[in-house]
Amino acid sequence: MNSPSALETAPAATAAGNPVAGIDQSRGDFKYDVTYEFDAGTGLNDKTVDYISGVKKEAAWIREFRQNALKVFQSKPMPTSWATRDLDNINFDKIRYYLASGQKPKRTWDEVPDDIKKTFERLGIPEQERKYLAGVEAQFDSEAAYSNIKDIVAKQGVIFVNSTEGLREHPELFKKWFGKVIPTGDNKFSALNSAVFSGGSFIYVPKGVKVAQPLQAYFRINAENFGQFERTLIIADEGAEVTYMEGCTAPKFSTSTLHSAVVELVALKGAKIQYITVQNWANNVFNLVTKRGLAHEEAEIKWIDCNIGSRLTMKYPGVILKGRKARGEVISIALANDGQHQDTGAKMIHAADETTSNIVAKSISVGQGRSTYRGVVHIPKRLKGCKNNTECDALLINTNSRTDTYPAITVRGDRNYVQHEASVSKVNEDMIFYMQQRGLTEGQAMSLAVNGFVNDLARQFPMEYSVELKRLIDLEMEGSVG
Amino acid sequence: MSTLVIKDLHASIGEKEIVKGLSLTIKSGEVHAIMGPNGTGKSTLAKVVSGHPDYTVTGGDVLLDGVSILTQEADERARAGLFLAFQYPSEIPGVSIANFLRAAVQARMAEGEEIDATAYYKRLYAKMDMLKIDRKFTSRSVNEGFSGGEKKRCEILQMAMLEPKFALMDETDSGLDIDALRIVSEGVNTLRGPNLGVLMITHYQRLLNYIVPDFVHVMWDGRIVKSGDKSLALELEAKGYDWVKKELAAATA
Repeated sequence: MNSPSALETAPAATAAGNPVAGIDQSRGDFKYDVTYEFDAGTGLNDKTVDYISGVKKEAAWIREFRQNALKVFQSKPMPTSWATRDLDNINFDKIRYYLASGQKPKRTWDEVPDDIKKTFERLGIPEQERKYLAGVEAQFDSEAAYSNIKDIVAKQGVIFVNSTEGLREHPELFKKWFGKVIPTGDNKFSALNSAVFSGGSFIYVPKGVKVAQPLQAYFRINAENFGQFERTLIIADEGAEVTYMEGCTAPKFSTSTLHSAVVELVALKGAKIQYITVQNWANNVFNLVTKRGLAHEEAEIKWIDCNIGSRLTMKYPGVILKGRKARGEVISIALANDGQHQDTGAKMIHAADETTSNIVAKSISVGQGRSTYRGVVHIPKRLKGCKNNTECDALLINTNSRTDTYPAITVRGDRNYVQHEASVSKVNEDMIFYMQQRGLTEGQAMSLAVNGFVNDLARQFPMEYSVELKRLIDLEMEGSVG
Repeated sequence: MSTLVIKDLHASIGEKEIVKGLSLTIKSGEVHAIMGPNGTGKSTLAKVVSGHPDYTVTGGDVLLDGVSILTQEADERARAGLFLAFQYPSEIPGVSIANFLRAAVQARMAEGEEIDATAYYKRLYAKMDMLKIDRKFTSRSVNEGFSGGEKKRCEILQMAMLEPKFALMDETDSGLDIDALRIVSEGVNTLRGPNLGVLMITHYQRLLNYIVPDFVHVMWDGRIVKSGDKSLALELEAKGYDWVKKELAAATA
């Protein structure tokens, strides 16, 4: 284990080297004091796991599942053989694993306790819900404070609850798919999540139901030295369609925070799932997330993943293309500002004929920021008619930035088609001068250059989210001018 | 009525002095041409006046309506009414001309004031009609994959939209064939008027057949060594720059 001080001292150094520290960069950087009814304490052992399971009044099988996962987590080494050594700065003994004010989310905002409600109001969640969402779940630290689905959607048989309720009220459906797309032992952090998970969404869309408006979850970390471990499971039955969007923020603490989610998607025959993430973590959050979908015959899974903020993000959304003609897509945008490392990418596992996958990854590195792309595309020899297209583009803003690309494309046999393109470009001084000469400040010029770089991707997003992305980029870039 | 006064300006890049005591006054409504062989500091002058960070001003002053602009950043000078039409305009991938200009117009508005999108497009389209530019043009990314002529038309359109007090036009004719040259010149002539002062920087006399200047200056070794009216340009065309060089040598001997 690390020295107990590691978690406190390392982020301070990061903050000192970061010219944006102290500037309110986002709507997310604020905090209200909240009293927690449930607290698993600090540190992790089998008692922590029992506490969480007990509070949730879980069935025996899930308690066992958690305890087993804890053992797997403890036995697995940190993946520092291939990933950054910064992972060693996470001090698992200093983290609080479960904090909740109540066990059951409210169905109306009026019932949500004031101290929690004002956070979500400040983030604009109730307003967005009224405007364009089919349902909202708002998670505050470990549990959902609010969860509601519009009547018209619920009447179609769509289930949209948090994972605690999903387990309690729909155990058969839940158990059938839970942990099947991402097994406990997939990696150290999927094991950690499996041991202490709480919150996240459980969604089931019945056969043929197309949910017209997006369902949205908002994950808010409020407490210091806290770990958020939501677990999301989305099942789209045959021919069903659903779009799910998630947003995440946390206030800026002087110590590090851990966010380690597991998201599993199951698209049955001909179903379509679109999963959109726009996250803007404070720059001391370790964001280590495992996301994977299973696409059956002619199903389509699309991940749109925008990673802004955090100290370290490691996330490689994937699709297992299990059925014939299944399609998988990952659109990834990562912005690494000073003191941040975005280690992102995609995995496409082709496991049936005529499956197609598309990966478009764009990364922006600013100042000392570092971007890494890791991609896996696997097409075994026995398959035919599979296609993959991979594009990774990196944009560097100033010479200190670093970008690495690790594409691993294994294609066996000669009956499949793969295409890979990569580019690195720079925002140079002449380009900035050109824009400044038209009256834009240096920050506005950089922001426009970055927005231009991601524009072809952002245009594919739902309007509200492309506006949000642009706003976050503007805030990041304007804050990054020294 | 505005004035741009360049007073005994000295400027260097690194240790090398390029502009060596240049003075020039331009008033609204006037079109000045600076001519001279390559390497005499013409383009440097335009960059220094507009605030390019690579150059250091080591002496003299530049005043816009009596206010020194040398301590201002490039964007402040731009918002104060200075426009540089670039010899080599930068590409901005993914940013449409319409959005770029919109950001530039927005940057000129007071804090908290939002641009009126409808009014903006109305004005943009009016300027495009005036300059005979196709509507589709502004949905393309700024300068990306543009021909030489398209880049220069894009500069003229920006100038039309931003309505500067003074425009510095750096080698606007370079890289243009005769048709493109005519089109771009027509654009500049359309924008000419009592509210705009123009400084044209050119190596060749041919541009001045299309945009007829009120004053012609010859730049040599970082200074203006000769000034006159448009007939000076024709004289240079006939006699070449060596003539100025000899005259200069005779004068300093």
